[in-house]
Amino acid sequence: MSVTIYIPGDSGALALGADKVAKAIEKGIATRGIDATIVRNGSRGAYFLEPMIEVATDAGRVAYGPVSAKDVASLFDAGLVSGGGHRLSLGDPEKIPFIAKQTRLTFARCGVTDPLSLDDYKAHGGLTGLANAVAMAPADIVKQVADSGLRGRGGAGFPTGIKWKTVLDTTADRKYIVCNADEGDSGTFADRMIMEGDPFVLIEGMAIAGIAVGATKGFVYIRSEYPHAVRAMQRAVEIARRAGVLGVNVLGSPNAFDMEVRVGAGAYVCGEETSLLESLEGRRGIVRAKPPLPAHKGLFGKPTVINNVISLASVPVIMDRGAAFYKDFGMGRSRGTIPLQIAGNARNGGLFEAAFGLTLGAIVDDIGGGTATGRPVKAVQVGGPLGAYFPRALFDTPFDYEAFAAKDGLIGHAGIVVFDDTADMLKQARFAMEFCAIESCGKCTPCRIGSTRGVETLDKIAANIEPEKQIALVTDLCNTMKFGSLCALGGFTPYPVMSALNHFREDFKPAPVAAAAE
Amino acid sequence: MSTQLAGTGIADRTGAIIEDLKGLEGPLLPILHGLQEEFGYVPQESLPVIAQALNISKAEVHGVVTFYHDYRAHPAGRHVLKLCQAEACQSMGSDAIAAQVKQRLGIGFHETAKDGSVTLEPVYCLGLCACAPSAMLDGEVIGRLDADGIDELVEAVRL
Repeated sequence: MSVTIYIPGDSGALALGADKVAKAIEKGIATRGIDATIVRNGSRGAYFLEPMIEVATDAGRVAYGPVSAKDVASLFDAGLVSGGGHRLSLGDPEKIPFIAKQTRLTFARCGVTDPLSLDDYKAHGGLTGLANAVAMAPADIVKQVADSGLRGRGGAGFPTGIKWKTVLDTTADRKYIVCNADEGDSGTFADRMIMEGDPFVLIEGMAIAGIAVGATKGFVYIRSEYPHAVRAMQRAVEIARRAGVLGVNVLGSPNAFDMEVRVGAGAYVCGEETSLLESLEGRRGIVRAKPPLPAHKGLFGKPTVINNVISLASVPVIMDRGAAFYKDFGMGRSRGTIPLQIAGNARNGGLFEAAFGLTLGAIVDDIGGGTATGRPVKAVQVGGPLGAYFPRALFDTPFDYEAFAAKDGLIGHAGIVVFDDTADMLKQARFAMEFCAIESCGKCTPCRIGSTRGVETLDKIAANIEPEKQIALVTDLCNTMKFGSLCALGGFTPYPVMSALNHFREDFKPAPVAAAAE
Repeated sequence: MSTQLAGTGIADRTGAIIEDLKGLEGPLLPILHGLQEEFGYVPQESLPVIAQALNISKAEVHGVVTFYHDYRAHPAGRHVLKLCQAEACQSMGSDAIAAQVKQRLGIGFHETAKDGSVTLEPVYCLGLCACAPSAMLDGEVIGRLDADGIDELVEAVRL
């Protein structure tokens, strides 16, 4: 019987040489006359073990990693196809602590199945949520999503059910589902991973959203920096269309829903929902003033549900297992699971899906294993370029929307970037302002002008020109940006700046003057 | 004369791309992506053709082209090397990597080598944040970039 070897095609694994490994294994199979099939799966998210290959044996899967092309011959010699022992053997992948400790709801199939096999998808519980949804009244679907407590995973944390209800209750000749896959935040890769590793779950989530609110058309707006995700989604949409998952009769029901993949053009601000809508319509990605809300007047002026990838990809499990099942995970008003993305200078970097409520310290030290460089952790930026820098003193903060807000931070898209003690927080604060200046859409003054003035003021601190005065100035400027900006780009840039200033004030002090030479 | 002929060629090829895509809802970005794929940049000569076809002003088209970082006004080098400069990569020394690559290639960000071999660009996140520092060469991703990785990149772009 043919044995299946899984080699991730996820771009994180590719970046670490997965294609070279795949070529070496293909060659090994051919020269050794082995009856084996290679499946390019997604990643399970343990990037410190990538490229991690798996062999499906009679006794279950056996993983090896991190594998490089030069290890392949010795792996075959050790009996790779029957799960033979090797120094790179990791045993049952489900028992690797980083994987075993997770609660995989949204990412249940990611890294396990063939991303482009609809049969594989169905065999692992896929399409059950959609099948349930087509048999329900739209209002009941919306209620189930609302009852699950699901909140926007893009960062704002707005209750998904309320957004959907608003669109359902707005009458129009045409409505849209827009998926925000413009995952521009540094430290985040959950959207990319799910689109590459389990694209059907996003398609299923969007189809459920369409049926729930009465929208027949959807768009996935994917950033151009993710070419692999774009290809995976395009292929998956084709397959779903041919199989009747998308089209005029979704799963044979009278509901119509179809979707298109659209590619961004390198503008960070297009991750802001109204700017994304402008971009989809073919204009400059300039932020719109709200109201009107996109739920009332969104894409092409029609009622539009605009949700993040992870929000939509979490809907199928809610429709499959029920609202109560999902809501049972989490803490406070943060219900369900969140894919934590441990990134940057982390020893065990990767995606870790868990119920809300783990402390930042547990995430960074226990799961992430501290820094990759082995030096002490100095700061952790949570929530992307607009998220606050947290010092070790705040490591008891539980991962929860409200708990982070209470500490002047945000969980954003749950990216967690670890910095060791060589980090210069003045430099990081300056970068936050510089990034805002590069990416500002230019519509509102606090963001457009404030970011450039911010860079100049922080440069003066670095040059030791009246530093105390500059600190007062930058504090005042941050206040103006926070309350005067139209969207989160200008409005949240103060988070990294002020957190760096408040928690790491020593980095903003003039460098000690070298001992006088005289 | 030859300039005019080339101009006509661009207009014709632009027209064909527009014809393919103008039925889409919100066709402008897909058209611009199509042009950049066809020509390697978005030619000035294409703008009036687009404006006419979509019934918008040339200024509007120009505004869109110049808003987005991806669209080029000139062709890039034979290779395009993007180095991630965002926070996750910063935490793993992307500044030092960028400085070395710039020095080895003799160009800065947003510049193309004189021999046309390579264009160097910063990129703010490739979603490879657990494999930092990262880079992208002609659409291929590279993670955990180190001294050996830089050697390979510099070698690859000389071809």
